[in-house]
Amino acid sequence: MEELIARAVAAALEAGASYADARFTSHEDEEVRVKNGAVESLRSSSAQGVGVRVLAEGAWGFAATSTLTLAAVEEAAGLAVRIARASASTQKTPVALTPVEPASGRFPAVFTENPFDVPLAERVELLLDCDKLMAEAANVALREGFLEVTHEKKYFESSEGAQIYQEGVETGAGIECTAVAPDGSETQTRSYPSSHGGQTAQRGWELVRELDMPSHAEQIACEAEALLTAPACPATVTDVILESSQLALQLHESCGHPIELDRVLGTEASFAGTSFLTPDKLGSFRYGSEQVNINADATLPGGLGSFAYDDEGVPGQRTQIVREGMFTGYLSSRETAPAIGQTSSSGAMRADGYNRIPLIRMTNINLEPSDWTLDELISETKRGMYLCTNTSWSIDDKRLNFQFGTEVAYRIEDGDLGEMLRNATYTGNTPDFWGSCDAVCSADEWQLWGVPNCGKGEPMQTARVGHGVPPARFRDVRVGVTQEEEDGE
Amino acid sequence: MLDRAQVEAICHLVLEEATTDQVEVLVNAGESALTRYADNRIHQNVAETGSAISIRAVQGQRLGVCSTNDPRPEALRAALAKATELAAIAPENPEFPGLPSAPRPQPGPDPVAATINSTPEERGKAVREVLEVAAGDSLTASGALETTYTHLAVANSEGAFAYGEFTRSSMSAVMETEDSAGRAEAHAADVSAIDARALATIAAGKALASRDPRSLEPGRYTVVLEPLAVADMIFWLGLYGCNALAYQDKRSFLCEKLGQKIASEKISLGDDGLDPRGLPMTFDFEGVPKQPVELISKGVAMGMVHDSRTAAHADPPVTSTGHALPAPNPWGPVPTNMFLRPGEATVADMLRSVDRGLLVTRFHYTNIIHPINTVFTGMTRDGTFLIEEGEIVAGVHNLRFTQSILEALGNVKMVGSEGVQCEYAWCPPLLVEGFSFTGVSGE
Ligand SMILES: [Zn+2]
Repeated sequence: MEELIARAVAAALEAGASYADARFTSHEDEEVRVKNGAVESLRSSSAQGVGVRVLAEGAWGFAATSTLTLAAVEEAAGLAVRIARASASTQKTPVALTPVEPASGRFPAVFTENPFDVPLAERVELLLDCDKLMAEAANVALREGFLEVTHEKKYFESSEGAQIYQEGVETGAGIECTAVAPDGSETQTRSYPSSHGGQTAQRGWELVRELDMPSHAEQIACEAEALLTAPACPATVTDVILESSQLALQLHESCGHPIELDRVLGTEASFAGTSFLTPDKLGSFRYGSEQVNINADATLPGGLGSFAYDDEGVPGQRTQIVREGMFTGYLSSRETAPAIGQTSSSGAMRADGYNRIPLIRMTNINLEPSDWTLDELISETKRGMYLCTNTSWSIDDKRLNFQFGTEVAYRIEDGDLGEMLRNATYTGNTPDFWGSCDAVCSADEWQLWGVPNCGKGEPMQTARVGHGVPPARFRDVRVGVTQEEEDGE
Repeated sequence: MLDRAQVEAICHLVLEEATTDQVEVLVNAGESALTRYADNRIHQNVAETGSAISIRAVQGQRLGVCSTNDPRPEALRAALAKATELAAIAPENPEFPGLPSAPRPQPGPDPVAATINSTPEERGKAVREVLEVAAGDSLTASGALETTYTHLAVANSEGAFAYGEFTRSSMSAVMETEDSAGRAEAHAADVSAIDARALATIAAGKALASRDPRSLEPGRYTVVLEPLAVADMIFWLGLYGCNALAYQDKRSFLCEKLGQKIASEKISLGDDGLDPRGLPMTFDFEGVPKQPVELISKGVAMGMVHDSRTAAHADPPVTSTGHALPAPNPWGPVPTNMFLRPGEATVADMLRSVDRGLLVTRFHYTNIIHPINTVFTGMTRDGTFLIEEGEIVAGVHNLRFTQSILEALGNVKMVGSEGVQCEYAWCPPLLVEGFSFTGVSGE
C-alpha cells in the first residue's frame, strides 16, 4: 500500500499539484442485530480504496478510487488536479496551509480482547439472552439488540514527507425495547446503555463485558411498559438534571458543532448551517456559567474521537474550548487556523473513509467534572426533573435554539426522585442554557460516550466522535413542549 | 467504472458458485462528482469511482450477508464463502419468508449523456453563474452541484433479475445577507435541465426580500408551505408511517386508521417509481418491480409500501410492492418516489386568502417526537416571510415549530397546481391553517 499511495502523491505533483496527500483505508466490520428473538442481521463487510487530495493553482481537488492498481491511483491523482484547476476558476486568494512537522510512525489499535476473536455464535447468544430477559420481564412488543465491531487500517502520505500508519478497533453494543399501548395510541422505548446504538468505543470485547447488558434487560423492559401509563411530562419551567448520555448529545449539538471552525467560516452554510460562535467572540464571549469547563481531547484512551494523527497528519491534541464559562477555543484545520490568528491546526480533520475528504470534525468534546455526586445533586434540588436517554434532537442552523426529547423523566420533589413521566422534551437557547448550569457532577460520575453517527458535509460523511460527560443541573428550563393551543379561529 | 457486462458477470459468478439453498447478489457500481461552494468560491470539489457488492446467502431460514467493494473474482468468492459461513452460524429466523421470485422489471428511462459526461469544468461554469448573481447583489452564495451515474443490478437464485442504469443530478443555491437567506434547489436525471442562474435568482430574491427580519411571537399561524417544506413532512410520513414494517410492529400512525379519514380531502398521496415527473426507479433492492401504491386518497388512509418480507406477513398476505431497501434492513420498506397530488391554487391565490400568516420556504433539522401522533419539530430556514392582508410584507426571524403532521394535513385549505421534485417526493405548495410555532431563533 505504501507504494500505491506514494505513487499517487508523485503523480499528483507531476500533474501540477503544489501539495498532495494520499490516504489508503481498509475498513472491516461485523454486525449482529437481533429483534424479537430472531437474528435479523449477521453481516460482514469490507471496503478499501485510495483518496488523493491536492492543491493546484491555489485551490482544492479530490478524487478517490476503489481499484488498487498503480494505473487507477495515477488516474485519480490526475483527476484530482484537473478538479482543483476547475475550483481555481472561482478562487479569490490561494489556499495556504499552516506548517506541520512531517510525521512518520506506526500506531496500532488499542484493545484488551480482540472483538473479532469472539465467536459470532457467542455474540448472537448474548443478544438472544438479553432478548429473552426483556421478554420475560414485561410486555414489550419490540425487543432489539445490537453488536458491531470494526477494524480500520489507514496509511497517509503527503508531499511534505509525512508517512503515517494507524489502526483502530471499535466495539459497540446496546439493547432496547418498546412497549405499545393496547389501543395503539402510545409507544414507549427504553434502551441501555444509551439510545441510537448504545455505547461504542475504541476498545475491545472488554467493553461488552463491562456493559453487562443482561443485568439491565429486565429494568428497561419494566420501565418501557410502565411508561405507557405514566403521566405526560407537563408543560412548565423547572430545574433539570441531565443524565450523562443525554448531556453528551446536548454538548454535541450545542458546543461540538458550533466550534467547528470550517462551519464557523461558512463552509457548511448551504447544508447544516453556520455557527453563533463567530471569531469575534473568541476569548470574550460568555458561553456558560462559571461551572462550565469544556475541552476537545483527541488523546483520551478509548475515545471514538481519539487518534495519533488526524487526516492531515497533524498530531491529536487537547484544546480548551470553554474555561469557567468563557469561550476560548475552536476545532481547526491547517487551512482554517489562520482565520483565528493561530499558526497551527488543532488537529481535527477527519475523513469518513478513503472516498471522502477530511473535514473539521469533533474529536472527544468533554465537559470537565466538578465535585457533586448525583445523589447530592438530586437531594439539593427542591423541584425539578431528571431527564435520561435521548429520543429526539433538533437545533437551528446557528446552533442556538434547540429542542430535545428523552426516553424518560423522573420528577424531583423536595430532593427526592419521584414518579416517571413520559414524552419528556426540553427546549432552550444555547448560551442561556449553559449559563443556567449551576452544578456539575464529579469524576466518579463522568462517562466517556461514543456517538458513532454524526453527519456532516456533502457528500454526507458520518463521523465517530466521543463525549466525556458527568450529569449536571440546569436552572429554569422550559420542559414539556407541546403544540400551541388552538386559538379557536 | 464497471460496465453492464462486468456487473452481470458478477451476478452470474455468485449465482453459479453459491452452495446454499438460496442466494441474492446486489451490485451497485458507479461514479459520482460533487462541486461544493461557499463564501462565493468553490471550496470542496470531489469525484469518486467504486462499486459495492452485497451477497445474501440463505440456508433454510438462516441468513448471512457479506459485502465488499472489490469486484475481482477472488474477492467475490471470499465474500460468498463468508456469507455462507454466516448463514451456517445464524439461528433459524422463522420470520424470513425466503427470497422473492419476481418478474423482470420493465426498463426505466435511459441514463442521460449530459450527466454521465459532466466535467469538473462544466460544474465550475454552473457555479460561476450562481456567483455572478451573488456578486450583482452583494450576496454570499453557497451550495452544491452533484452528478451521479449508477449501474444497479439485483439477481437471486429464485429467478429475479433486475438491471438498471440511472443518472441523477442535484443542485442547491443559497444566498445570504447579514441577516437573511434564501434557497432554491433542483433534482433531475439530466444535469443540463438544471438552470443554475434561475436557482440563484430565486434564492437571491428570497434573501433580499427577507432583510431586516421582524421578530414574531410563537403561536398558531396560517402558513403557505413551499414544496421543500411540504416534502419534509411527507418524508417523515413515509418513513415512520406508510411503511409496512412500522405497521406490523404497531409503531405506525396507520395502525387502527386504515380506511379512515386522516387528512383533508384535498390530500392524496401515492408512491410511483415509474412516474416520469419524479426520478424513476423501476425496481427495488430485492429486484422486485415497483408498483404504484396509493397511500392517502382524498384524506383517507389507503395503504403502505411493502418488501417481500412484510408482504408475506401481511394479513392477508400480499405481494411486495417493490420498496425493499438493501438487506439487512432494520427500517423496513420505505416509499422514495412519493407524489402529493396537485390542486388548483396558485401561490398568489394562497397569499391573497391570508389575513395574517407566514410563508415558509423550507424546514431545517426536523425530527419526529411522537411517531403515533406524527408530532415533529424543527426550524424554518432560508426565507420565512410575514403575510398581511394577502401580501408578503416582511421577512421574519426563523421560528421553531412543534406540530402534528397529520393535523397539519387535516388543516389544508389549498393545494398548489404546480409542484417540484424534491429529494424523496414531488410536492406542490400547501396552504395550512393553525400551524403551531413554539419558539424563535436566538439571533
Ligand atoms: Zn453531529
